[in-house]
Amino acid sequence: MSAVLQTRNLVKKFGAFAATNDVTLNIEHGARHALIGPNGAGKTTLINLLTGFLEPTAGEVFLKGYNVTKLAQHQRVKRGLARTFQINRLFADMTVLESVTMAVCERLGFGWNWWRPVGRHVAAIDEAADLLASLRLIDVANEKTRNLAYGKQRLIEIALALAAKPQVLLLDEPAAGVPTGESRELFETIARLPHDVTILLIEHDMDLVFRFADRISVLVNGALLTEDTPEAIASDKRVKEVYLGEAIHG
Amino acid sequence: MVREPALHESMMRPLAAQAPESTVAPDLAPLRRAAAWRVPEVIFWLIPLIAYFLFPKSLSLLSQIAITALFALSIDLILGYAGIVTLGHAAFFGLGAYAAGLLAKYGYGDPLLGLAFAAAVATAVGFLTSFLVLRGTDLTRLMVTLGVAMMLFEAANKATPFTGGVDGLQGVEMTRLLGVFGFDLYGKTAYWYSVAVLFVLFWVARRIVHSPFGMSLRGIKQNVARMPAIGAPVHGRLVAVYTLGAAYAGVAGALLTQTTQFVSLDVLAFTRSAEIMLMLVLGGTGCLYGALIGTIVFMTAHHFLSDLNPQYWQFWLGAALVLIVLFARDGIMGIAQRLQARLARRATP
Repeated sequence: MSAVLQTRNLVKKFGAFAATNDVTLNIEHGARHALIGPNGAGKTTLINLLTGFLEPTAGEVFLKGYNVTKLAQHQRVKRGLARTFQINRLFADMTVLESVTMAVCERLGFGWNWWRPVGRHVAAIDEAADLLASLRLIDVANEKTRNLAYGKQRLIEIALALAAKPQVLLLDEPAAGVPTGESRELFETIARLPHDVTILLIEHDMDLVFRFADRISVLVNGALLTEDTPEAIASDKRVKEVYLGEAIHG
Repeated sequence: MVREPALHESMMRPLAAQAPESTVAPDLAPLRRAAAWRVPEVIFWLIPLIAYFLFPKSLSLLSQIAITALFALSIDLILGYAGIVTLGHAAFFGLGAYAAGLLAKYGYGDPLLGLAFAAAVATAVGFLTSFLVLRGTDLTRLMVTLGVAMMLFEAANKATPFTGGVDGLQGVEMTRLLGVFGFDLYGKTAYWYSVAVLFVLFWVARRIVHSPFGMSLRGIKQNVARMPAIGAPVHGRLVAVYTLGAAYAGVAGALLTQTTQFVSLDVLAFTRSAEIMLMLVLGGTGCLYGALIGTIVFMTAHHFLSDLNPQYWQFWLGAALVLIVLFARDGIMGIAQRLQARLARRATP
């Protein structure tokens, strides 16, 4: 196995405050990699650096061995790196099918096509419909996004990311705000994603993290504390001290 | 901590192999047929035909409405679809007006050549200024568009030998349209010419807004932060649509010059930028027809109210606008759509 997503000495400073402090991270191909850490540890900042939403103060990001540090967000998406957002960023007035079709059109390179109607991009629509079917969203395909329940909207977050056919998928607290019963269903959906899609997951629910991940990195104060298998992390005294002790009560 | 093996196994299954739970075939028709022409649209485009026979003495007003509708369409593309706010869109209207006027004055009076030249000038300036406009947020955009339009206004005001300044540009001589139709005193040619150009450019705009490019503009307006995450280059798309809107405005300005054979300095005035925004909001943004209907209503109201009350007619206009923005933010088209939805619900209990 080789690393598909790497960072090398990544630093992000806001003024004197280092939100990301010398992070060197290797995400292996096909991994279910979780990133955990207490509130304010810099998890979302790290995701933003990986996707190009933020520019690092120092250090580099490699995607499939290629240095993408200088690439804009949409260029990284084209190279196979997609993400979801902790707080929904959806297209409220589009139907579910429309927004996912739009994302598929962008991946297929039709985004600049200004003449042929979307309705005649049949392959893109069919692909979007298949994706919605696989996420059990097909029965709300023609509903406007704004009219859907929050749990469904979280699934659209994932659908939009998957429409980019990513090799690496960054999930930023996919179950945030979703009622417990629905979050289980959400994670079953995530667990069913094809294994050649590498996943980096940020999640607060330790139960879900330990069931899902095969590799865990612990971030504290912007720096990597440790990285290991779930079993090793669960018995790591330092991790327990900073984080787990209070989170899962042993 | 022991992980459930069942979960792990299901991870290995490829996505495509999953059978969806629901066997209901997805209804793809609404999206597939989104670009089809509808009956009300066809009826709408009969209006210019009917108006010609009903008001043969008002052809000059009707031409002005068609030209202004094209201008409103141009601002709908950038404001209504892409969400770029502008208070200086008259800059491109005025550029087109002067470009067509000067070209005709100096010996090239062919109308279609004039349109192409005006479009080229407005496109070039639109493209170059887009980089200034798109740098900032909404407030910056308002100020930059306003500033660019003010500079052009004063430049045209100062360059009297070239533009005629406040006296306007005289000596615009048009040759026959397509070498056949001369511009007559009754304004028949001017009317059909304006309506035809409006219809062709409307049709093109309609294609554009239903294309993936047009869809991405709506995406940018609804959630600009998401678009890069689905792989869309937001800045490039906005440059493209701003340039397109400038080109449309330039053609509208050129039409005004050609049909009136005169260019007045107020083609670049701030009131023109402000009024066109009012017309669009009145009609409803982001649906093309809102631009057309808003223009028709605004200019007709203007015509009758200024007859009734020549000095204070804008009072009623102001009142109508306040009511629209307070109670029907999506304009006349929004009201029409809500009525239609209500009727449809009543029809299928």
